[in-house]
Amino acid sequence: MSAIEEAANSAAAVSGGASKIEIELDQVEKIFQTDEGDVHAVAKTDINVRQREFVVLLGPSGCGKTTILRMVSGLLKPTSGNVRVAGHELWHGDTRDREAVQEMGIVFQEANLFPWLSIEKNIALPLKLRKQSKAKRLKKAHELCELVGITGFEKRWPRELSGGMRQRAAIARALSYDPEILLMDEPFGALDAMTRDQMNIELQRIWETSGCTIIFVTHSIPEAVFLADRIILLSPRPGRIHSVTNVTFKRSRDMAIQTEPEFQEIVRDLRRQLESM
Amino acid sequence: MKKFVRGHLAWFTTPVLVLAFVIIWHSYIVIFDITDFILPKPWAVVKSYWNLIGNVDLWRHTGVTVYETLVGFFFACIIGIGGGALMGKIKWVEETARPFVIATQVVPKVALISLFILWLGFGSAPKILVATILAFFPILTNTLLGVKSVDLGHRDVMASLSAGRWETFTTLELPSALPAIIAGLEIGIVLAYIGAIVGEFLGGQQGLGFMTIDYQNAFDAAGLFGVLIQLTLVGFLLYIAIVVLRRFLIPWHESVLIERLALAG
Ligand SMILES: Nc1ncnc2c1ncn2[C@@H]1O[C@H](COP(=O)(O)OP(=O)(O)OP(=O)(O)O)[C@@H](O)[C@H]1O
Ligand SMILES: [Mg+2]
Repeated sequence: MSAIEEAANSAAAVSGGASKIEIELDQVEKIFQTDEGDVHAVAKTDINVRQREFVVLLGPSGCGKTTILRMVSGLLKPTSGNVRVAGHELWHGDTRDREAVQEMGIVFQEANLFPWLSIEKNIALPLKLRKQSKAKRLKKAHELCELVGITGFEKRWPRELSGGMRQRAAIARALSYDPEILLMDEPFGALDAMTRDQMNIELQRIWETSGCTIIFVTHSIPEAVFLADRIILLSPRPGRIHSVTNVTFKRSRDMAIQTEPEFQEIVRDLRRQLESM
Repeated sequence: MKKFVRGHLAWFTTPVLVLAFVIIWHSYIVIFDITDFILPKPWAVVKSYWNLIGNVDLWRHTGVTVYETLVGFFFACIIGIGGGALMGKIKWVEETARPFVIATQVVPKVALISLFILWLGFGSAPKILVATILAFFPILTNTLLGVKSVDLGHRDVMASLSAGRWETFTTLELPSALPAIIAGLEIGIVLAYIGAIVGEFLGGQQGLGFMTIDYQNAFDAAGLFGVLIQLTLVGFLLYIAIVVLRRFLIPWHESVLIERLALAG
């Protein structure tokens, strides 16, 4: 294990205390086989995430953030290495561990709502697949609409909502089955700065009330610093851990911390690192 | 008001264009002195259609043609949607079935009709068969395309929820393919109708196709035109039925949402 990776895995002690490890990537590597030859997307990497921790993966475009997240979620099988989630080995041969997968909720870069389902039915879809009664799952969907702030739009088609509202619905869908882990891949990438700030504040609130563990991907530095307990900066081609930054501002944070010198210092430092890659 | 006119443009343009067509038609006959045997005057056609409407035979023949069309279309839906879904989902089914599906389309189907009549007699059966063979193809290819072009992001959602094959089919693939399937149905119903009529041309004593031939043999051009009007109206109604079905089945789709917005605006 390199010194940097060791730092990545022990650093959480600062913020997370002694809580147990929820997600563990052990020498995980991904090589894509394409017609033009192999693409080494992620080099052998160790990442540990503790329970209730908020970890942000930051890095330039194409450095393998999505690939790492997809390997955690089980949508992609690592070329080598092991993934453990909530105490379960994620892969048994070529099948994914059902219990581990059910602990994870994913919010993609696009909302990926089904256009033929109303908002409430989209949100309740995971519960339908879990065979919950209709009354129960619609009740849950309505609660979640309130939590993410789209009450009044339950019966609308996704196409009738704005991009920000659709992303809120996607978050509600991921939260519907109370997953212990939330994986988010640039969920607010397509939003304007104002809506993005607002969504960040709400995400922090949701994270605090639900008590889940979050891995959040972004390439916005201020967003990373605002949200994270720990920022893992990745370097490109093949993706590997470049540095780890602990962010210790007390919770709940508000947008005002962005003007604090300490905040700006972290942002500057990360920007320098990104530019020197 | 302007918006209303734009949203309902066809309601204004259609009568005007039809009227223009009728005037040209009438003028042509008067100017070039065309005989009634070749092309009757518009008014004669209207009169002839008016007489036909009162004729029980017309409705009996219409009933037969509609029956053959709908039954043929029904089988075409089963083969087209079922087959298309299977081919889209299971690789070896697609590879095995494709040559045969294509064969049914490249064979001159009108030549097949004589064969069907030989096998199945002069009743409705061969016409239904022709309607099915004509109509199933666009339904099948569209279903196949629809099932195969499911959004990858949507697939990720289902995979992340560890949905099974059947659940993925019913909650994702089928609804996602529905707009394409309905586009196939819109073509399919028209082809089923054509199939039934052409079948009636070539054999039997029933249906609007037979009626057309009957008038042709009697050199009754006005009567022929009357049947043509009936054929057009019935075809139009069949097509409208599918369009209404579209609004019912995919109210969420752009094609329907846009219409709704246009009407509201
Ligand atoms: N399915 C695939 N087949 C081949 N190469 C792939 C595949 N998916 C990703 N890659 C390659 O792997 C590398 C990492 O991709 P990845 O999507 O993880 O980047 P990213 O950090 O999420 O970028 P972005 O910030 O632009 O979303 C890229 O070079 C990409 O071209
Ligand atoms: Mg990405």
